[in-house]
Amino acid sequence: MKGRVLIVDDDTALAEMLGIVLRGEGYEPTLCADGDQALPMFREHKPDLVLLDLMLPGTDGIDVCRAIRAESGVPIVMLTAKTDTIDVVVGLESGADDYVVKPFKPKELVARIRARLRRSEEPAPELLEIGDLVIDVAGHSVRRDGGPIPLTPLEFDLLVALARKPWQVFTREVLLEQVWGYRHAADTRLVNVHVQRLRSKVERDPERPEVVVTVRGVGYKAGPA
Amino acid sequence: MVRRARTLVRRGWRRSIALWRRSLQLRVVTTTVTFSLLAILLLGNVLVTQVRDGLLEDRRQASLAEASTGLRAAQEAFDSADRSEPGVFDTLVPDLVRQLARGGGSEGNKDVVLLRGPDINSPEAPLGRSSSGADITALDTLRPQVQNRSAQLWTYAAVQRDSGRRVPVIVVGAPVQIPGIGAYELYYIFPLDKEQDTLALVRRALLLGALGLVVLVGGIAWLVTRQVVTPVRMAARIAERLSAGRLEERMRVRGEDDLARLAASFNRMATSLQRQIRQLEDLSRVQRRFVSDVSHELRTPLTTVRMAADVLHEARAGFDPSVERSAEILQAQLDRFESLLADLLEISRYDAGAALLEAEPTDIASVARQVVEAMEPLADRRGSLLALVSPPEGAVAEVDSRRIERVLRNLVVNAIEHGEGRPVTVLVAADDEAVAVAVRDRGMGLAASDVTMVFNRFWRADPARARTTGGTGLGLSIAMEDAHLHGGWLQAWGEPGDGCQFRLTLPRRQGTELDGSPIPLEPADSSRRRRPALRAGAPYQRVGSPEDVGA
Repeated sequence: MKGRVLIVDDDTALAEMLGIVLRGEGYEPTLCADGDQALPMFREHKPDLVLLDLMLPGTDGIDVCRAIRAESGVPIVMLTAKTDTIDVVVGLESGADDYVVKPFKPKELVARIRARLRRSEEPAPELLEIGDLVIDVAGHSVRRDGGPIPLTPLEFDLLVALARKPWQVFTREVLLEQVWGYRHAADTRLVNVHVQRLRSKVERDPERPEVVVTVRGVGYKAGPA
Repeated sequence: MVRRARTLVRRGWRRSIALWRRSLQLRVVTTTVTFSLLAILLLGNVLVTQVRDGLLEDRRQASLAEASTGLRAAQEAFDSADRSEPGVFDTLVPDLVRQLARGGGSEGNKDVVLLRGPDINSPEAPLGRSSSGADITALDTLRPQVQNRSAQLWTYAAVQRDSGRRVPVIVVGAPVQIPGIGAYELYYIFPLDKEQDTLALVRRALLLGALGLVVLVGGIAWLVTRQVVTPVRMAARIAERLSAGRLEERMRVRGEDDLARLAASFNRMATSLQRQIRQLEDLSRVQRRFVSDVSHELRTPLTTVRMAADVLHEARAGFDPSVERSAEILQAQLDRFESLLADLLEISRYDAGAALLEAEPTDIASVARQVVEAMEPLADRRGSLLALVSPPEGAVAEVDSRRIERVLRNLVVNAIEHGEGRPVTVLVAADDEAVAVAVRDRGMGLAASDVTMVFNRFWRADPARARTTGGTGLGLSIAMEDAHLHGGWLQAWGEPGDGCQFRLTLPRRQGTELDGSPIPLEPADSSRRRRPALRAGAPYQRVGSPEDVGA
């Protein structure tokens, strides 16, 4: 088994089809057709990844996303039928790591899921410093003055990517490729939104970032250690 | 200097002409004043003539009467004079003349002159003048007649006064006999200066009155026209505002007169227009919303079908040949369905005005190069040579690179698709204001009437011709919207048998107006340009763009 995936989608045909495809790819899918049931099922099944439709009856997809994110850093991939700027941004800001726009090709979806679950390989023990933070890559923890800072796996990956090459300025496109696994040009808002989320957790003053520094017109880099 | 004065005069003239043509009020007031001035002048003239004639007639009759009386008195005095006394007339004549001049009913300093008749040659014969300075040239016209006719005659004349002023006079003359000496002539010269003064006074009064009347009439005309013109002007202003889109503007309705009716019906018209426009707007909003909703709603089932088809497609090797082929067709048509839906959504976003431009300085030449490189495999398959000509220094403009790439991809795919295996050229050029990309194919070309049609949604050059690469039919419409979003142009040139050229022109800076393109719309290698001899016979230029038909 490559991993457990919770599919939260009210369209049963689509959910079932998603199940078939994911099972064919070696994942273990669980279906949930109701937003209200999403959180109990999430607690019960402890999935490695959540596939979440933004348009849900009962609890809204955005709310489900926030609720799950509130208690877990599990990767969340949104399914959205809207490409309008605001919906995607709202979804990302409520905690989703990535999104797929309907209609998507099955391969595309599987690639996104795989990218989010790819961490299963054990990384070599490694200690990184960025700003006044200490990152234990193998132990998957970030500490400031000895106190741990909880990050989602995606935020952790983002921070590690920056910290490994503190001399390099990362463009949004490079980060999309390294952290999200996109080979082609994708939505750079993913980077913007997640850098904001990361800063809100790791910066002493998110208004004046010292850990993840913006390089105007280019991208981001790690702050001096 | 002269020229400047002339230009000034000409400018002033033109300005007044413009004002005259623009202002109904000015025209009405001017016309009214002109005509009332004419009428008053005519009337005044008649009035003055009447007064003058009356005054003169009175004076003439009085003068004639006085002259007759004087004549009789003189004749009697001469007849009864004691002729035995020598030189009696030498004293009698001046006395009599003086007496005549003083007497009589009419006041004023009339002159009386007693002249010798033509038969008296003696220089010693007595003469009489009431005043020595009297100008007797006035008598010249009358004298021959008095001598011939031997009757009392009169005439108007003018005399020179000592002051130099010429005064109109009535001259009355009659023959008189001095016994023993011969025929004399007695003339009365009545000055008309009193009458002249009176007439001048009347004239002045009339002129003043006329002036006052004209000003009054002008003022009244101005006020009256203002009452009419003001609401008309208001209506014009409101109509302008309405046409500018301020649909809630209305005229003020006051009273129940014709103008109030005009205002009321104007307002009714505006209301009905507003209602219809709102209805159309609502309708179009609903329709756009519908297209957008449908596109959204279609996405979820399409995703499901897509995945199902994918699963079938993956497993097709184990199927029956016909089922296998079906899975392939299903897969291919789903691709087409998907791109159609994507285009439909894109265009509905444009229709809803929701398309946002994320412009930043981009090298169009490098975008073109990327597109050409990506299209190379397709060109190879179609046997077309794909060439890119671009300036080495690049062509940077503020554009949304995603949209421009889409436009160029579309144009290049179209060119390859319709290029019939002949070379396709992508030409990039720039000047200070604009960057242009022209995509030229040498396929079967376009008819003049089709040049403007290619940008229509779902338009096909030849309905009978099968679609091969399966475009959605919305590509050029979207490309056109993309170009417009940038403030740019997308134009087509085509000639049957000579291929087409599509030219995209973009302003270098967002918000600036395009006034030309660095690339001519008609390619330099068109057959018409290569054979200029043919140009003379060409009936019209087959060039068109949507702007030309009033897009």
